[in-house]
Amino acid sequence: MDFSYDDEQEALRDAVRGLVGKAYGDYENRRQAVSEAPGFNEKLWQQMAEMGLLGLPFAEEDGGVGAGPVEIGIVCQELGRVIAPEPYLASVVLAGGLVAAVGTAEQRGEVLGALAGGERVLAFAHDEPGQRWSASAAGVTAAESGGDWTLSGVKEPVVAGERADQLVVSAALPGGGTGLFLVDGSAATRTGYRGHDGTRAAKVELDGVAATPLGEAGADVTASIATVLDIGRVMAANQALGAMQYSLRATSEYLKSRKQFGVTLNTFQALTFRAADMYVSLELTHSLVDWATMVVEGGDPEAVAEAAARVGLQVSRAGRHIGQETIQLHGGIGVTAEYSVGSYMAHLTALDHLLGDGGHHLRGLSAAVMDHEDVDPLTVA
Amino acid sequence: MQLQLSEEMKAFREEMRTFFTTEVSEEIRTAVAEQRELTKEQIVESMRTLNAAGLAVPHWPVEWGGRDWSELQRHIWHEEMQRACVPAPLAFNASMIGPVIAHFGTEEQKAEFLPRTANLDIWWSQGFSEPDAGSDLASLRCAAVRDGDDFVVNGQKTWTTLGQYGDWIFNLVRTDPEAKKQAGISMLLIDMTTPGVTVRPIELIDGGHEVNEVFFEDVRVPAKNLVGDLNGGWTIAKFLLGNERVGVAPVGATKRSLARFKELAADVIADDPLLRARIVELENELLALELTALRVVAHSADGEPHPASSVLKLKGTELQQAVSELAVDLAGPASLAGGADDETGSALDPWARRVTPTYLNFRKASIYGGSNEVQRQIISRTILGL
Repeated sequence: MDFSYDDEQEALRDAVRGLVGKAYGDYENRRQAVSEAPGFNEKLWQQMAEMGLLGLPFAEEDGGVGAGPVEIGIVCQELGRVIAPEPYLASVVLAGGLVAAVGTAEQRGEVLGALAGGERVLAFAHDEPGQRWSASAAGVTAAESGGDWTLSGVKEPVVAGERADQLVVSAALPGGGTGLFLVDGSAATRTGYRGHDGTRAAKVELDGVAATPLGEAGADVTASIATVLDIGRVMAANQALGAMQYSLRATSEYLKSRKQFGVTLNTFQALTFRAADMYVSLELTHSLVDWATMVVEGGDPEAVAEAAARVGLQVSRAGRHIGQETIQLHGGIGVTAEYSVGSYMAHLTALDHLLGDGGHHLRGLSAAVMDHEDVDPLTVA
Repeated sequence: MQLQLSEEMKAFREEMRTFFTTEVSEEIRTAVAEQRELTKEQIVESMRTLNAAGLAVPHWPVEWGGRDWSELQRHIWHEEMQRACVPAPLAFNASMIGPVIAHFGTEEQKAEFLPRTANLDIWWSQGFSEPDAGSDLASLRCAAVRDGDDFVVNGQKTWTTLGQYGDWIFNLVRTDPEAKKQAGISMLLIDMTTPGVTVRPIELIDGGHEVNEVFFEDVRVPAKNLVGDLNGGWTIAKFLLGNERVGVAPVGATKRSLARFKELAADVIADDPLLRARIVELENELLALELTALRVVAHSADGEPHPASSVLKLKGTELQQAVSELAVDLAGPASLAGGADDETGSALDPWARRVTPTYLNFRKASIYGGSNEVQRQIISRTILGL
């Protein structure tokens, strides 16, 4: 049992920290980047490609680097630390992860190669109005005629949906179940907007557009979608961890420097005790995030599903606690757009609801609570 | 990063599990599982069983019975012991005064006390808190004045846990009333049968007799029973409290307790989505705490304690209390019958009759070992730099 990074992982962390720190270390740069479409820094995205980050999870024969979940988690933590708006989760972890999971060898080589090289941004068009964190599709339907497939319906919100060169779209299959399709971004009608944390999302309307089945045509891939969503949850948790670490550090610094009543705020125990409680939340979360990432490494889908739900519940609770307290302990400046910490809470809130919030995970875990005597971290894995 | 235990550690865990579940008396383990009060004889028997197998004081120096284990081995030993409902070796002996004597004591003191301390031939009591010295321990007043070859001790200690069984007491005393408060404290080992020592019980809200007041009236203590330097007691006290904090997060025991109540109240839980949700939250927090303990252990292998270790006492006692509170709610109206026993012919489940005393008793957990507010102070000062 070992919770520490090896030398290569430390080097990766330092490299990513250096890269995104240069881009967003000055919070004003992040504000600038999210102020207009595409909502992120295209130049940084290219640099991430050059560093190999966009191909990190994919096999070498598919144009990737063949790294594991721990490495991807490291990248996500560093992105979270500066709340980088680059669509790494949406494009690489989710959309790319699905292509890797169900695509044919040819599709994997073509699509993932282009993604890894920074030539093509992907998005996963999955959420639908009225749906809540399901692994299957209902509102978008697939139709087949003479071997040609078309999709109809509405996907929203689709993170990075407007910028994406190619969409991975989930759709209800004529014979039941959910399939995945590749759709040219320009073939869909897309209306982009800025989310509350600066993340760009879009409404994607599909009006009988031509689509290429990802993997075997007509095959139900609900289980694969579920597992990739679970991996996405664990990576989103890594990203949230980075954002929480920054939030607590910023809060501690602020308490030491801000003066009121002629003294610095850390003179007041009512405030420092609340910071101590934030630290407790943060460290418990850190442990669960590391654990869940290692469970993903193990690869068993059932274990990954349980770990994703458990870390999702913890991150939801801790993200709200730390996000809310960060703003409260900063006072009025915490709710302004020009100061960073408010946007950290906004981003934590977005991550909380992206792939399933605490209540969602609690409901799932509650249904199974009597199936085990206790929770053994080694047995789950 | 690597989650699974090595083959060697898996074998070690199996060895511990087998020993604890087969060698320690079933009757004692059942009493622990059912949260019944143990007798003095049961505590002594259990510790002697462990000591005979070299499992009572593994963290001591090897020449006095220690095992030179890694932090991970100690953690596994501790968790498996709790899991098997084996009473932990008496903390006053194994975690508190033993390591102190081994570290600060004279060779004569080590030879005289350590073997008997490991085997619980001597039952130690802790003479730290006083009526006016709780969290602010250094303000203690119990005084020792040198008189020939003896110290003469006068004053009072309180919250002396299981002091009614104590043979000896390790006492913090003020030996220099003029010095700054931390600088005038020493540690004395006092035979509790010495004339002038009086132990008086304090009844607690659970109806039990667990803690005591200890009075010292002109008690003569041979000067050779001074531990470490005269007026060097504060250093020893900090050393002791640091050791105490590490062992105080009862993750394994709390997990075991939650699992037991799930089984006992399965019917109630099955029908109630709110109870199920509450249990999920507790299980998840216990998982996070257990992983934090493992992370702390994994990191402290090179000697430096991980900063997250302060979380263990704070969160560990909160969860211990939360599970005891859940148990009362699971028992429902039967939880009122704390005074009923089998002889009164009570028709209620025995477990349900015992949950409220335990719940009330566990309020102590967030107060002892450095109150949880003291822990927050440590976190905010030494970790966050506030």
